[in-house]
Amino acid sequence: MAVQQAVVSHLPATSVTPKTVQYRLGRFVLYIILLGLSILFLIPVYMVLVTSFKSLDQVSISTMWDFPSRFTWESIRKAADQLAPSFFNSVVLVLPATIISAIAGSLNGYVFAKWRFRGANLLFTLILFGMFIPYQAVLIPLVKFLQWADLYGSLNGLILTHIVYGLPITTLIFRNYYAKIPTELVEAGLLDGGGFFSLYLYVILPLSVPAFVVVIIWQFTQIWNEFLFGVTITSVDSRPMTVALQNLSGSQIVEWNVQMAGAFLTALPTLLVYIILGRYFIRGLLAGSVKG
Amino acid sequence: MKSKSKIILIFILFILGLSSQVVAQDDPSGDVEVFTWWTGGGEAHGLAGMIEAFSKIHPDINIVNATVAGGSGVNFKAVLVSRMLGGDPPDTFQVHAGQELNALWVAAGRMEPLNDLYEENGWFEQYPQGLIDLISDEEGNVYSVPVNIHRSNLMWYVPANLEAWGVTAPASWEEFVTTTCPTLQEAGIIPISLGQTWTQVHLWESVALGELGVEAYNGLWNGTTEWTSPEVVATFDRLGQIMDCANDDMNALSHQDALLMVTEGRAAFNVMGDWAVSLYTVDEGLEPGVGFAWVPSPGTDGVFMMLSDTFGLPKGGPNPEATRVWLSYLGSAEGQDIFNPLKGSLPANTTADINNPELYNAYFQAAYADWTSNTIVGSLAHGLVAPQSFLDGFYAIMAAFQSGRDSLTASSNAAVLALQTGMGR
Amino acid sequence: MSMKLRINVLPFMVLLPSLILMAVFVYGFIGWTGYTSATDSNALQQLSGQPARYVGLKNYEDLFTGRLNARFRIDLVNIFFFTVLFILVSQIIGFGLAVLLDQNVKGEGIFRSIFLFPMALSFVVTGTVWQWLFSPNSGLNTLVTYIGLPQWKIRWFISEAQLLEFHWNDLAGILIKILLGIVIFAALLYWSRWRSQTAAVLTGIAILLISLLTFSDLDQLTALEFEENHGFNLALIAVVIAASWQMSGYIMAMYLAGIRGIPDELREAARVDGARELHIYRHIIVPLLRPITLSAVIVQGHISLKIFDLVFTLGGGDNLFIDMPGINMFFVTFRGNDFARGAAIAIIMLIMIAFVIVPYLVISLRGEVE
Repeated sequence: MAVQQAVVSHLPATSVTPKTVQYRLGRFVLYIILLGLSILFLIPVYMVLVTSFKSLDQVSISTMWDFPSRFTWESIRKAADQLAPSFFNSVVLVLPATIISAIAGSLNGYVFAKWRFRGANLLFTLILFGMFIPYQAVLIPLVKFLQWADLYGSLNGLILTHIVYGLPITTLIFRNYYAKIPTELVEAGLLDGGGFFSLYLYVILPLSVPAFVVVIIWQFTQIWNEFLFGVTITSVDSRPMTVALQNLSGSQIVEWNVQMAGAFLTALPTLLVYIILGRYFIRGLLAGSVKG
Repeated sequence: MKSKSKIILIFILFILGLSSQVVAQDDPSGDVEVFTWWTGGGEAHGLAGMIEAFSKIHPDINIVNATVAGGSGVNFKAVLVSRMLGGDPPDTFQVHAGQELNALWVAAGRMEPLNDLYEENGWFEQYPQGLIDLISDEEGNVYSVPVNIHRSNLMWYVPANLEAWGVTAPASWEEFVTTTCPTLQEAGIIPISLGQTWTQVHLWESVALGELGVEAYNGLWNGTTEWTSPEVVATFDRLGQIMDCANDDMNALSHQDALLMVTEGRAAFNVMGDWAVSLYTVDEGLEPGVGFAWVPSPGTDGVFMMLSDTFGLPKGGPNPEATRVWLSYLGSAEGQDIFNPLKGSLPANTTADINNPELYNAYFQAAYADWTSNTIVGSLAHGLVAPQSFLDGFYAIMAAFQSGRDSLTASSNAAVLALQTGMGR
Repeated sequence: MSMKLRINVLPFMVLLPSLILMAVFVYGFIGWTGYTSATDSNALQQLSGQPARYVGLKNYEDLFTGRLNARFRIDLVNIFFFTVLFILVSQIIGFGLAVLLDQNVKGEGIFRSIFLFPMALSFVVTGTVWQWLFSPNSGLNTLVTYIGLPQWKIRWFISEAQLLEFHWNDLAGILIKILLGIVIFAALLYWSRWRSQTAAVLTGIAILLISLLTFSDLDQLTALEFEENHGFNLALIAVVIAASWQMSGYIMAMYLAGIRGIPDELREAARVDGARELHIYRHIIVPLLRPITLSAVIVQGHISLKIFDLVFTLGGGDNLFIDMPGINMFFVTFRGNDFARGAAIAIIMLIMIAFVIVPYLVISLRGEVE
């Protein structure tokens, strides 16, 4: 239904507005503004790409805008070599952490939206608050806890951490989304003899796709980009990509071309997710977290 | 279940250990995690070179090169402290000689004494006594193996440029501020290049040494020099005058950027440690003495302000036997002659092949002569003379001083800080 | 919402794992940190296995009054100005972009991706990139020369200029005066419109504040034994630009979703009545988007108050003109090894965030009950 609204909204505006000179001028200005803003937004990208294709001796902060005098894949290859192992770590980390926190959030959201009970609001608030804590504040207790649980230094520990701190936001998004699904639908299912889980599986889950898209995009980006946990609770062979990216720079000599190439490579997966799922992201937002 | 399997594993290892002891005369093997912040440039190459050579001699020991970069070393410290607190120490880790090692790790009793290692390898004779003192406690227990020596109080310049601009390297900061600086400024040259806060602290320690002299400088750390004395306040005033001669975008520049301003001909001088050599020779391809040159920073001729990277053996590490084998290699002349030419530092072991010009270029030949003949003092900015708690507070003091130039506040705050962090006790 | 389904054991069992995890990972750890902040815990004492001594609120007192903790007070002022500006700027840009993209733009998908993609980058990457762009002798300053303009001389994140300067000792007075202004304004509003009890209460508060201002010695409240200057650092604008570049796309997405969610009949009706587009936005769309504004502000607010990596990579960590509590906390804890003071900063950050979040949670949950 969300999708329909988005599509419908395109039609009437064009049919109503007359195609006068004034209208055309307006459109022209609109596109100029949008193009201008796009260029401003893309300036940093240009800089990253240009630097990535330079060799180290061409890299200097005073010539940062110049085109490389000769293109080279050297920096990208070097960055790729060094980032490859941690790329797989990040994949192994991000997939289960995203999926599990999404499913857990969905179940929680289902309970909070459809199975209200005494103190539900309080519990929800308590869960939600977890979203806002500064993570540096829990670092030392977290490390001690994970060591106690024999999870320290492994990807499993990091996955658990990301699942836990992802719960508040996933619960929030799903709860708001499910609140919009008519309760009568669930009640009807209940009268037909459906149980808690069968209602979830057959009534709620099939309607959840837009919310899952939002949650997956959000969690994927957050976990992929996270650095602080990644550096403190992993060991050498379980480092995620952001940590490897930092390690590209030495404490003495920074090879900016490799740095920028590495930054570009690290950002690729999340960029792809945004480009491929971008349109669903807006629809999901529309259907989910927007209340009114 | 997990703990049960652990017990079984330990049992098996124990049996294996017993049997291998009989068969192979206790040859240590397995993984050794070497934890450093050396991720790039010469230091990474130096470490990699050492690991490669070591693996040929000891194929059974697998060196795991664990590095944490970023955040000007704070990320490394965060991970190290968290791991040590949680009882999961790496096999060995990088730590500066002096207070960075002693005031925390040794004081907390977390390090194994390495005297047996020193005796086995004859290191008590091979390492300078002054250096051994820096990594020992009062009972004479030695706690780490130094791999290199760096000098902090150096001033870099390009000889041809100075000639063209009609200046010479100043003999004192007084001369720099009153003569050198105005001459250069008139010619439109930045007299001295500076970078972010830590390079300002680095500059201050050289200024303080030059202005106060060795005894009073050392007194700052052992409590015999008052931070609020007019002489110390004057070091901040002097620093302010020097900053007036510096580039105005210092807070946006790394130490590399500042060093390169000199070779690019935009600035005349830069005060930095001798890791500058590796930047100038390896990355810029310049020849020592021609493309770039150096003097001790003004007023510190005959004094060698040092720092040293060392490796210790934390208690409770997973593989101490193999780690000792690695540390023995690290401290040997052979290992240091692989590491230091690549890293761009002096070997700490005096039996290293320092006179070999293939390995150590003209700068290091000269530096070694100074190292063995000069008065030695320790660096503040690199963890030797003060604990980390002091250094952290001093960064904030320096950042405030840089913008406000209030030398009285800076020195009185430093006095309070020294008291709070228990310095000179 | 109508009747709720009856609770039984099963739903609660589903929640239980999450609740337990939250209890440990959030509240347990916060409690741990809170306790640490009331001790003299530091790395040396922890590593040597000695117990920490309980010192009460001493760490907090030090942060607010200690000579050596000027940095923390600078952080508080910085984070205030940064948060306000960041929310304002990215709201305006985000809303503007949403309105522009709502005009049946060809290639909307492409534009949307362009505005949204910075959101996909990590703050570490953004920080590095913007550090170059804000380089005083290069970057954006020289970029303009490519289109024939003279080189800019903007100092961006290393600017030392300050506006709205004030002494820390005057802070209490300033805050009370601002509060007084708001209260008097609200009181007048209530008197003129509704004349309710609230108006009387507000007037009472105003009188109380005025008497507080006149009769008490406010310098005592923020007791520093020395003068300390603060103000709005212009260098923060650079951070605001970088952060807004990254986050406005997200705000745009939220508004775009919100605008698309408004039934077209509403707009149509207005158009038929002859309303101009601007009018429609002002009187129909904007009021309906209020809930979105609220949740967007909350999202931004907590990102801003927690901000760390971006400023760290951008400024190098010790640039006090853009310093933030998150950086200070990390340095104090892991560079200075002072766990207790670090924990105290963390708890203060948490309290600041709670000030933003708790009212929101209360309002939004109460709103649903009605």
